[in-house]
Amino acid sequence: MKSLAELQAIKEKMQNKVALREGSGEMRVVVGMATCGIAAGARPVLSTFVEEVAAADLTGKVTVSQTGCIGICQFEPVVEIFEADKEKVTYVKMTPEKAKRVVEEHIKGGKVVAEYTFASENA
Amino acid sequence: MKEISLNILDIAKNSTKAGAALTTITLNETEDTLTLVISDDGCGMDEETVRNVSNPFYTTRTTRKVGMGIPLLKLSAEQTGGSFEIKSKPQSEFPTEHGTVVTAVFNKNHIDFTPLGDVTGSIVTLIQGDPQVDFLFTHTMPKGMVSLDTRELREVLGEVPLDTFEVIMWITENLNEQYEEINAL
Repeated sequence: MKSLAELQAIKEKMQNKVALREGSGEMRVVVGMATCGIAAGARPVLSTFVEEVAAADLTGKVTVSQTGCIGICQFEPVVEIFEADKEKVTYVKMTPEKAKRVVEEHIKGGKVVAEYTFASENA
Repeated sequence: MKEISLNILDIAKNSTKAGAALTTITLNETEDTLTLVISDDGCGMDEETVRNVSNPFYTTRTTRKVGMGIPLLKLSAEQTGGSFEIKSKPQSEFPTEHGTVVTAVFNKNHIDFTPLGDVTGSIVTLIQGDPQVDFLFTHTMPKGMVSLDTRELREVLGEVPLDTFEVIMWITENLNEQYEEINAL
């Protein structure tokens, strides 16, 4: 069973990193988690981003957060990626599989996965 | 909603939006029924708002003029022959003990009962989304109980936030292990 002692160990490991973490946020991944997003499957999309960003050791650079209704409910699950000095990218009809590809190609590789974007959906 | 756990995630988010310091999520299962209670110490609602939230064409949201969260939970309980209730004490009238309590009772054996689904996933998502809020979760089943109190975790963690990846994973594994232990009985 996961014990409080293990949690204590996590605390000790993390304490040195806290200052670093607060200064980060070069890239923000925001998942729409209102009723519309949740019903469309946003929960596993969010957890995939959380897990994949950590697996890529990018938690210092990339923050994954939740927001309410973005206003395009028919395209949920919707994920927005904000990066300093770049235009916002809106991914629509997301799945955990698509999320993995976005982490790989966009977040790690710097190349937008055009076919999953709102722009391509409306083209 | 395909799972009741998704309704839980959706409705408990209303509590954090209402400025709750503590959100309590209680699941109580017998052989035949499932009772869900979500209560908070948030700002609460006046009587008229409480009447309105069951109406799908009411919402506080500004992007659209409909709010489906409460109507969906009410429907999923009532379609099993269960019941739904929402009670609230607004901060304006009850400065010391305000908040909202949502109660839904489901008949588990009814053909229209939606499965509970991934409750751990919903609890973890709630904590990840609002790591400054405390959550008290208890799930009582005929064979045992699963529980999590973020106030206890915070005591150990100090200033390390609850949405730290390693902490999120610890919570996920802790809850999954509690469920596995009960299911093995």
